[in-house]
Amino acid sequence: MAPKNDRVPRNQVVSELFAGRQEELAIIGLGSPVWDCTAVEDHPLNFPLWGAMGGAGMIGLGLALAQPERRVLVVTGDGELLMGLGALATIAAQAPKNLGIAVLDNGIYGETGGQLTHTSYGIDLAEMASGAGFSQTITAADEESLSRAIHMVRFEPGPVLAAIKITEDHYSYSPKVLPPRDGVVLKSRLREALLGADSLKE
Amino acid sequence: MLDSVNMSATIGSQNTKEWPEVIHGIFRSMRIRQVGYVPDSGHAKLIGACVDDPEIVSVPLTSEEEGIGLITGAWLGGQRGALLMQSSGVGNCMNMFTLATNCRIPVLVLVTMRGEWGEFNPWQVPMGQAASSAIELLGGLVYRVEDSTSVGPTVEAAAKVAFNTSRLVGVMLAQQLIGAKRFSGNSDGA
Repeated sequence: MAPKNDRVPRNQVVSELFAGRQEELAIIGLGSPVWDCTAVEDHPLNFPLWGAMGGAGMIGLGLALAQPERRVLVVTGDGELLMGLGALATIAAQAPKNLGIAVLDNGIYGETGGQLTHTSYGIDLAEMASGAGFSQTITAADEESLSRAIHMVRFEPGPVLAAIKITEDHYSYSPKVLPPRDGVVLKSRLREALLGADSLKE
Repeated sequence: MLDSVNMSATIGSQNTKEWPEVIHGIFRSMRIRQVGYVPDSGHAKLIGACVDDPEIVSVPLTSEEEGIGLITGAWLGGQRGALLMQSSGVGNCMNMFTLATNCRIPVLVLVTMRGEWGEFNPWQVPMGQAASSAIELLGGLVYRVEDSTSVGPTVEAAAKVAFNTSRLVGVMLAQQLIGAKRFSGNSDGA
Protein backbone atom coordinates (compact mmCIF):
# COMPACT_ATOMS: atom_id res chain seq x y z
CA MET A 1 0.00 0.00 0.00
CA ALA A 2 1.33 3.41 -0.92
CA PRO A 3 2.11 5.60 2.05
CA LYS A 4 -0.55 8.17 2.80
CA ASN A 5 1.55 11.12 1.66
CA ASP A 6 1.74 9.50 -1.79
CA ARG A 7 -1.95 9.97 -2.30
CA VAL A 8 -4.17 12.79 -3.51
CA PRO A 9 -7.52 13.98 -2.11
CA ARG A 10 -10.47 12.40 -3.89
CA ASN A 11 -12.42 15.66 -4.28
CA GLN A 12 -9.46 17.19 -6.11
CA VAL A 13 -9.50 14.28 -8.56
CA VAL A 14 -13.16 14.58 -9.48
CA SER A 15 -13.13 18.36 -9.66
CA GLU A 16 -10.22 18.24 -12.11
CA LEU A 17 -11.85 15.44 -14.08
CA PHE A 18 -14.90 17.59 -14.73
CA ALA A 19 -13.30 21.06 -14.81
CA GLY A 20 -14.63 22.96 -17.83
CA ARG A 21 -16.79 19.98 -18.75
CA GLN A 22 -18.19 20.14 -22.25
CA GLU A 23 -20.13 17.17 -23.57
CA GLU A 24 -18.42 14.29 -21.82
CA LEU A 25 -20.61 11.36 -20.85
CA ALA A 26 -19.83 9.81 -17.48
CA ILE A 27 -20.59 6.37 -16.10
CA ILE A 28 -19.93 6.38 -12.37
CA GLY A 29 -19.37 3.20 -10.39
CA LEU A 30 -21.27 2.69 -7.18
CA GLY A 31 -20.19 3.99 -3.81
CA SER A 32 -18.10 7.00 -2.97
CA PRO A 33 -17.30 7.92 -6.61
CA VAL A 34 -21.01 8.58 -7.06
CA TRP A 35 -21.18 10.96 -4.10
CA ASP A 36 -17.97 12.69 -5.21
CA CYS A 37 -19.01 13.20 -8.83
CA THR A 38 -22.51 14.29 -7.86
CA ALA A 39 -21.01 16.89 -5.51
CA VAL A 40 -19.22 18.42 -8.51
CA GLU A 41 -22.50 18.50 -10.43
CA ASP A 42 -25.57 16.30 -10.65
CA HIS A 43 -25.14 16.45 -14.41
CA PRO A 44 -27.74 14.92 -16.75
CA LEU A 45 -24.93 13.30 -18.76
CA ASN A 46 -23.87 11.37 -15.64
CA PHE A 47 -25.11 7.84 -15.17
CA PRO A 48 -24.43 7.13 -11.50
CA LEU A 49 -24.84 3.52 -10.38
CA TRP A 50 -26.44 2.47 -7.10
CA GLY A 51 -25.83 -1.21 -7.82
CA ALA A 52 -24.68 -3.54 -10.61
CA MET A 53 -21.21 -3.61 -9.02
CA GLY A 54 -18.56 -4.50 -11.56
CA GLY A 55 -20.59 -3.19 -14.49
CA ALA A 56 -19.43 0.41 -14.87
CA GLY A 57 -16.66 -0.31 -17.37
CA MET A 58 -18.91 -2.39 -19.61
CA ILE A 59 -21.65 0.25 -19.59
CA GLY A 60 -18.95 2.69 -20.61
CA LEU A 61 -17.95 0.39 -23.47
CA GLY A 62 -21.49 0.04 -24.82
CA LEU A 63 -21.95 3.80 -24.65
CA ALA A 64 -18.56 4.52 -26.25
CA LEU A 65 -19.36 2.17 -29.15
CA ALA A 66 -22.79 3.75 -29.64
CA GLN A 67 -21.42 7.32 -29.47
CA PRO A 68 -17.96 7.19 -31.08
CA GLU A 69 -17.78 10.99 -31.44
CA ARG A 70 -18.33 11.66 -27.74
CA ARG A 71 -15.81 11.20 -24.95
CA VAL A 72 -16.98 8.64 -22.41
CA LEU A 73 -15.49 8.69 -18.91
CA VAL A 74 -15.85 5.84 -16.47
CA VAL A 75 -15.20 7.00 -12.93
CA THR A 76 -15.17 4.17 -10.46
CA GLY A 77 -13.53 2.68 -7.40
CA ASP A 78 -10.91 -0.02 -7.11
CA GLY A 79 -13.39 -2.43 -5.53
CA GLU A 80 -15.93 -1.88 -8.29
CA LEU A 81 -13.37 -2.42 -11.04
CA LEU A 82 -11.99 -5.52 -9.33
CA MET A 83 -15.44 -7.14 -9.42
CA GLY A 84 -15.46 -7.01 -13.22
CA LEU A 85 -11.84 -7.44 -14.26
CA GLY A 86 -12.78 -9.40 -17.36
CA ALA A 87 -14.15 -6.14 -18.73
CA LEU A 88 -10.57 -4.91 -19.16
CA ALA A 89 -10.03 -7.67 -21.73
CA THR A 90 -13.39 -7.08 -23.41
CA ILE A 91 -12.79 -3.32 -23.63
CA ALA A 92 -9.24 -3.73 -24.92
CA ALA A 93 -10.43 -6.10 -27.64
CA GLN A 94 -12.85 -3.42 -28.91
CA ALA A 95 -10.28 -0.65 -28.43
CA PRO A 96 -12.69 2.33 -28.26
CA LYS A 97 -10.66 5.49 -28.84
CA ASN A 98 -13.18 7.61 -26.92
CA LEU A 99 -13.15 5.71 -23.61
CA GLY A 100 -11.17 6.74 -20.53
CA ILE A 101 -11.36 5.03 -17.16
CA ALA A 102 -10.41 6.80 -13.93
CA VAL A 103 -10.11 4.51 -10.92
CA LEU A 104 -10.35 6.28 -7.58
CA ASP A 105 -8.13 3.80 -5.77
CA ASN A 106 -8.16 4.15 -2.00
CA GLY A 107 -7.27 0.51 -1.41
CA ILE A 108 -10.34 -0.14 0.71
CA TYR A 109 -14.02 -0.99 0.48
CA GLY A 110 -15.00 2.36 1.94
CA GLU A 111 -18.75 1.73 1.99
CA THR A 112 -18.60 -1.48 3.97
CA GLY A 113 -16.20 -0.83 6.81
CA GLY A 114 -12.85 -0.17 5.20
CA GLN A 115 -11.82 -3.75 4.44
CA LEU A 116 -8.72 -3.86 2.26
CA THR A 117 -9.17 -4.34 -1.48
CA HIS A 118 -6.69 -6.28 -3.56
CA THR A 119 -4.83 -3.11 -4.53
CA SER A 120 -3.74 -2.91 -0.89
CA TYR A 121 -2.16 -6.33 -1.38
CA GLY A 122 -0.16 -5.01 -4.32
CA ILE A 123 -2.43 -5.73 -7.28
CA ASP A 124 -1.55 -3.17 -9.97
CA LEU A 125 -4.65 -2.13 -11.90
CA ALA A 126 -2.72 -0.06 -14.45
CA GLU A 127 -0.49 -3.05 -15.22
CA MET A 128 -3.54 -5.26 -15.64
CA ALA A 129 -5.12 -2.82 -18.09
CA SER A 130 -1.81 -2.47 -19.88
CA GLY A 131 -1.50 -6.23 -20.14
CA ALA A 132 -5.02 -6.38 -21.55
CA GLY A 133 -3.98 -4.00 -24.31
CA PHE A 134 -5.16 -0.55 -23.23
CA SER A 135 -3.43 2.09 -25.34
CA GLN A 136 -2.11 3.95 -22.28
CA THR A 137 -2.24 3.51 -18.52
CA ILE A 138 -0.82 5.36 -15.55
CA THR A 139 -0.70 5.07 -11.79
CA ALA A 140 -0.93 8.52 -10.24
CA ALA A 141 -0.13 9.31 -6.64
CA ASP A 142 1.03 12.94 -6.58
CA GLU A 143 0.21 16.32 -8.11
CA GLU A 144 2.34 15.90 -11.20
CA SER A 145 1.19 12.43 -12.13
CA LEU A 146 -2.39 13.43 -11.31
CA SER A 147 -2.47 16.14 -13.98
CA ARG A 148 -0.96 13.67 -16.43
CA ALA A 149 -3.63 11.09 -15.49
CA ILE A 150 -6.50 13.57 -15.78
CA HIS A 151 -5.36 14.65 -19.24
CA MET A 152 -5.01 11.05 -20.35
CA VAL A 153 -8.47 10.03 -19.16
CA ARG A 154 -10.20 13.06 -20.63
CA PHE A 155 -8.43 13.66 -23.91
CA GLU A 156 -6.00 10.99 -25.09
CA PRO A 157 -6.81 8.14 -27.51
CA GLY A 158 -8.42 5.26 -25.66
CA PRO A 159 -8.91 2.95 -24.20
CA VAL A 160 -6.92 4.47 -21.34
CA LEU A 161 -6.97 3.73 -17.62
CA ALA A 162 -5.59 5.80 -14.77
CA ALA A 163 -5.31 4.25 -11.33
CA ILE A 164 -5.33 7.29 -9.09
CA LYS A 165 -4.19 6.66 -5.54
CA ILE A 166 -6.49 8.70 -3.33
CA THR A 167 -6.67 9.24 0.39
CA GLU A 168 -8.78 6.85 2.40
CA ASP A 169 -11.49 9.37 3.27
CA HIS A 170 -14.79 7.68 2.84
CA TYR A 171 -16.05 10.68 0.93
CA SER A 172 -15.04 14.27 0.59
CA TYR A 173 -18.25 16.12 1.17
CA SER A 174 -20.43 16.09 4.24
CA PRO A 175 -23.28 15.51 4.06
CA LYS A 176 -23.01 13.22 1.04
CA VAL A 177 -24.44 14.61 -2.17
CA LEU A 178 -26.74 12.00 -3.65
CA PRO A 179 -28.05 11.73 -7.21
CA PRO A 180 -31.57 10.46 -7.94
CA ARG A 181 -31.99 6.79 -7.01
CA ASP A 182 -34.59 5.83 -9.60
CA GLY A 183 -32.90 4.04 -12.48
CA VAL A 184 -35.59 5.10 -14.95
CA VAL A 185 -35.02 8.75 -14.07
CA LEU A 186 -31.26 8.37 -14.50
CA LYS A 187 -31.63 6.57 -17.83
CA SER A 188 -34.22 8.93 -19.23
CA ARG A 189 -32.51 12.16 -18.27
CA LEU A 190 -29.27 11.02 -19.88
CA ARG A 191 -30.99 9.88 -23.07
CA GLU A 192 -32.96 13.12 -23.28
CA ALA A 193 -29.81 15.22 -22.78
CA LEU A 194 -27.84 13.16 -25.29
CA LEU A 195 -30.40 12.10 -27.88
CA GLY A 196 -33.16 14.68 -27.52
CA ALA A 197 -36.72 14.59 -26.23
CA ASP A 198 -37.92 12.27 -28.99
CA SER A 199 -35.80 9.50 -27.49
CA LEU A 200 -38.28 9.35 -24.62
CA LYS A 201 -40.97 8.21 -27.04
CA GLU A 202 -38.99 5.18 -28.18
CA MET B 1 -42.18 -40.35 -24.20
CA LEU B 2 -38.49 -40.59 -25.04
CA ASP B 3 -38.81 -44.38 -25.12
CA SER B 4 -41.32 -44.22 -27.93
CA VAL B 5 -39.11 -42.35 -30.38
CA ASN B 6 -35.89 -43.16 -32.13
CA MET B 7 -33.30 -41.05 -30.28
CA SER B 8 -30.74 -41.09 -33.04
CA ALA B 9 -33.25 -39.70 -35.52
CA THR B 10 -34.63 -36.98 -33.30
CA ILE B 11 -31.69 -35.88 -31.21
CA GLY B 12 -30.15 -33.80 -33.95
CA SER B 13 -32.34 -31.17 -35.53
CA GLN B 14 -32.87 -31.28 -39.28
CA ASN B 15 -33.20 -27.53 -39.41
CA THR B 16 -29.96 -26.19 -37.98
CA LYS B 17 -29.13 -24.47 -41.27
CA GLU B 18 -32.12 -22.23 -41.17
CA TRP B 19 -32.85 -20.65 -37.83
CA PRO B 20 -29.62 -18.70 -37.22
CA GLU B 21 -30.13 -16.89 -40.52
CA VAL B 22 -33.73 -16.16 -39.57
CA ILE B 23 -32.61 -14.59 -36.29
CA HIS B 24 -29.90 -12.58 -38.02
CA GLY B 25 -32.54 -11.22 -40.41
CA ILE B 26 -34.63 -10.13 -37.43
CA PHE B 27 -31.58 -8.41 -35.92
CA ARG B 28 -31.30 -6.44 -39.16
CA SER B 29 -34.98 -5.55 -39.39
CA MET B 30 -35.13 -4.60 -35.68
CA ARG B 31 -32.07 -2.32 -36.08
CA ILE B 32 -29.94 -4.14 -33.51
CA ARG B 33 -26.48 -2.57 -33.59
CA GLN B 34 -24.54 -4.26 -30.79
CA VAL B 35 -24.42 -7.99 -30.13
CA GLY B 36 -22.53 -9.36 -27.14
CA TYR B 37 -21.80 -13.05 -26.92
CA VAL B 38 -20.08 -15.82 -25.07
CA PRO B 39 -19.60 -18.59 -27.61
CA ASP B 40 -21.79 -21.66 -27.65
CA SER B 41 -21.81 -24.29 -30.34
CA GLY B 42 -25.55 -23.80 -30.74
CA HIS B 43 -24.97 -20.11 -31.46
CA ALA B 44 -21.94 -20.59 -33.71
CA LYS B 45 -23.69 -19.78 -37.00
CA LEU B 46 -25.53 -16.77 -35.62
CA ILE B 47 -22.33 -15.44 -34.04
CA GLY B 48 -20.60 -15.84 -37.41
CA ALA B 49 -23.39 -13.97 -39.18
CA CYS B 50 -23.21 -11.10 -36.68
CA VAL B 51 -19.41 -10.88 -36.85
CA ASP B 52 -19.62 -10.71 -40.67
CA ASP B 53 -22.32 -8.01 -40.60
CA PRO B 54 -20.82 -4.50 -40.95
CA GLU B 55 -23.98 -2.98 -39.45
CA ILE B 56 -23.48 -4.85 -36.19
CA VAL B 57 -20.67 -4.40 -33.65
CA SER B 58 -20.06 -7.89 -32.28
CA VAL B 59 -18.48 -7.98 -28.84
CA PRO B 60 -16.96 -11.18 -27.42
CA LEU B 61 -17.45 -11.19 -23.64
CA THR B 62 -15.33 -12.92 -21.03
CA SER B 63 -18.47 -13.58 -18.99
CA GLU B 64 -22.13 -13.15 -19.81
CA GLU B 65 -22.78 -10.55 -17.12
CA GLU B 66 -20.61 -8.11 -19.06
CA GLY B 67 -23.24 -8.21 -21.77
CA ILE B 68 -25.95 -6.67 -19.60
CA GLY B 69 -23.66 -3.70 -18.98
CA LEU B 70 -22.77 -3.49 -22.66
CA ILE B 71 -26.40 -3.39 -23.78
CA THR B 72 -27.26 -0.86 -21.07
CA GLY B 73 -24.53 1.44 -22.34
CA ALA B 74 -25.61 0.92 -25.93
CA TRP B 75 -29.17 1.88 -25.06
CA LEU B 76 -28.04 4.99 -23.16
CA GLY B 77 -26.26 5.94 -26.38
CA GLY B 78 -29.30 5.29 -28.57
CA GLN B 79 -28.47 1.84 -29.93
CA ARG B 80 -30.34 -1.42 -29.60
CA GLY B 81 -28.48 -4.52 -28.50
CA ALA B 82 -28.92 -8.25 -28.05
CA LEU B 83 -27.01 -10.99 -26.24
CA LEU B 84 -26.22 -14.56 -27.22
CA MET B 85 -25.41 -17.07 -24.51
CA GLN B 86 -25.81 -20.62 -23.33
CA SER B 87 -28.19 -21.47 -20.49
CA SER B 88 -25.28 -21.79 -18.04
CA GLY B 89 -24.45 -18.14 -18.74
CA VAL B 90 -27.83 -16.93 -17.51
CA GLY B 91 -26.69 -17.66 -13.97
CA ASN B 92 -23.68 -15.42 -14.45
CA CYS B 93 -25.98 -12.47 -15.21
CA MET B 94 -28.20 -12.49 -12.15
CA ASN B 95 -27.16 -9.29 -10.34
CA MET B 96 -26.56 -7.44 -13.60
CA PHE B 97 -30.19 -8.08 -14.61
CA THR B 98 -30.81 -5.34 -12.03
CA LEU B 99 -29.80 -2.83 -14.71
CA ALA B 100 -32.51 -3.99 -17.08
CA THR B 101 -35.20 -4.29 -14.42
CA ASN B 102 -34.40 -1.17 -12.42
CA CYS B 103 -33.60 1.19 -15.29
CA ARG B 104 -36.05 -0.45 -17.73
CA ILE B 105 -33.40 -1.16 -20.34
CA PRO B 106 -34.52 -3.24 -23.33
CA VAL B 107 -32.33 -6.36 -23.31
CA LEU B 108 -33.01 -9.20 -25.72
CA VAL B 109 -31.24 -12.39 -24.65
CA LEU B 110 -31.16 -15.45 -26.90
CA VAL B 111 -30.31 -18.51 -24.84
CA THR B 112 -29.28 -21.83 -26.33
CA MET B 113 -30.45 -24.49 -23.91
CA ARG B 114 -28.41 -27.25 -22.35
CA GLY B 115 -29.27 -29.64 -19.59
CA GLU B 116 -32.59 -30.79 -20.94
CA TRP B 117 -33.47 -32.80 -24.09
CA GLY B 118 -30.97 -35.64 -24.49
CA GLU B 119 -28.23 -33.99 -22.40
CA PHE B 120 -25.02 -35.97 -21.97
CA ASN B 121 -23.27 -33.76 -19.40
CA PRO B 122 -24.79 -33.78 -15.92
CA TRP B 123 -23.04 -30.49 -15.04
CA GLN B 124 -25.28 -28.68 -17.53
CA VAL B 125 -28.51 -29.74 -15.86
CA PRO B 126 -28.82 -27.50 -12.75
CA MET B 127 -28.37 -24.15 -14.51
CA GLY B 128 -30.14 -25.32 -17.65
CA GLN B 129 -33.20 -26.28 -15.64
CA ALA B 130 -33.10 -22.99 -13.70
CA ALA B 131 -32.36 -20.62 -16.59
CA SER B 132 -35.95 -19.64 -17.49
CA SER B 133 -36.96 -19.19 -13.88
CA ALA B 134 -33.82 -17.17 -13.22
CA ILE B 135 -34.74 -14.61 -15.85
CA GLU B 136 -38.30 -14.43 -14.53
CA LEU B 137 -37.07 -14.11 -10.93
CA LEU B 138 -35.25 -10.91 -11.86
CA GLY B 139 -38.25 -9.47 -13.65
CA GLY B 140 -37.72 -10.60 -17.24
CA LEU B 141 -40.17 -12.19 -19.67
CA VAL B 142 -39.42 -15.59 -21.19
CA TYR B 143 -40.40 -17.19 -24.47
CA ARG B 144 -39.44 -20.69 -25.51
CA VAL B 145 -38.89 -22.15 -28.97
CA GLU B 146 -38.84 -25.87 -29.64
CA ASP B 147 -39.24 -26.09 -33.42
CA SER B 148 -37.58 -24.24 -36.25
CA THR B 149 -40.77 -22.87 -37.78
CA SER B 150 -41.48 -20.95 -34.56
CA VAL B 151 -38.06 -19.32 -34.31
CA GLY B 152 -38.79 -16.33 -36.54
CA PRO B 153 -42.21 -15.37 -35.11
CA THR B 154 -41.06 -15.92 -31.52
CA VAL B 155 -37.80 -13.98 -31.75
CA GLU B 156 -39.53 -11.14 -33.57
CA ALA B 157 -42.31 -11.02 -30.97
CA ALA B 158 -39.75 -11.11 -28.15
CA ALA B 159 -37.73 -8.31 -29.72
CA LYS B 160 -40.85 -6.15 -30.08
CA VAL B 161 -41.76 -6.68 -26.44
CA ALA B 162 -38.19 -5.90 -25.36
CA PHE B 163 -37.85 -2.70 -27.37
CA ASN B 164 -41.44 -1.46 -27.24
CA THR B 165 -41.89 -1.99 -23.51
CA SER B 166 -38.25 -1.56 -22.35
CA ARG B 167 -37.73 -4.89 -20.67
CA LEU B 168 -35.47 -7.85 -20.26
CA VAL B 169 -36.78 -10.62 -22.54
CA GLY B 170 -35.26 -14.07 -22.85
CA VAL B 171 -35.85 -16.45 -25.73
CA MET B 172 -34.94 -20.00 -24.77
CA LEU B 173 -33.89 -21.97 -27.84
CA ALA B 174 -34.67 -25.51 -26.77
CA GLN B 175 -32.25 -28.39 -27.09
CA GLN B 176 -34.70 -30.14 -29.45
CA LEU B 177 -34.16 -27.25 -31.86
CA ILE B 178 -30.39 -27.05 -31.54
CA GLY B 179 -29.61 -30.75 -31.29
CA ALA B 180 -27.85 -32.28 -28.31
CA LYS B 181 -24.10 -31.80 -28.28
CA ARG B 182 -22.30 -34.98 -29.32
CA PHE B 183 -19.26 -36.21 -27.42
CA SER B 184 -16.73 -38.52 -29.00
CA GLY B 185 -16.93 -42.02 -27.61
CA ASN B 186 -20.65 -41.76 -27.17
CA SER B 187 -22.29 -42.64 -30.44
CA ASP B 188 -25.79 -41.99 -29.08
CA GLY B 189 -24.86 -38.38 -28.54
CA ALA B 190 -26.95 -38.55 -25.42
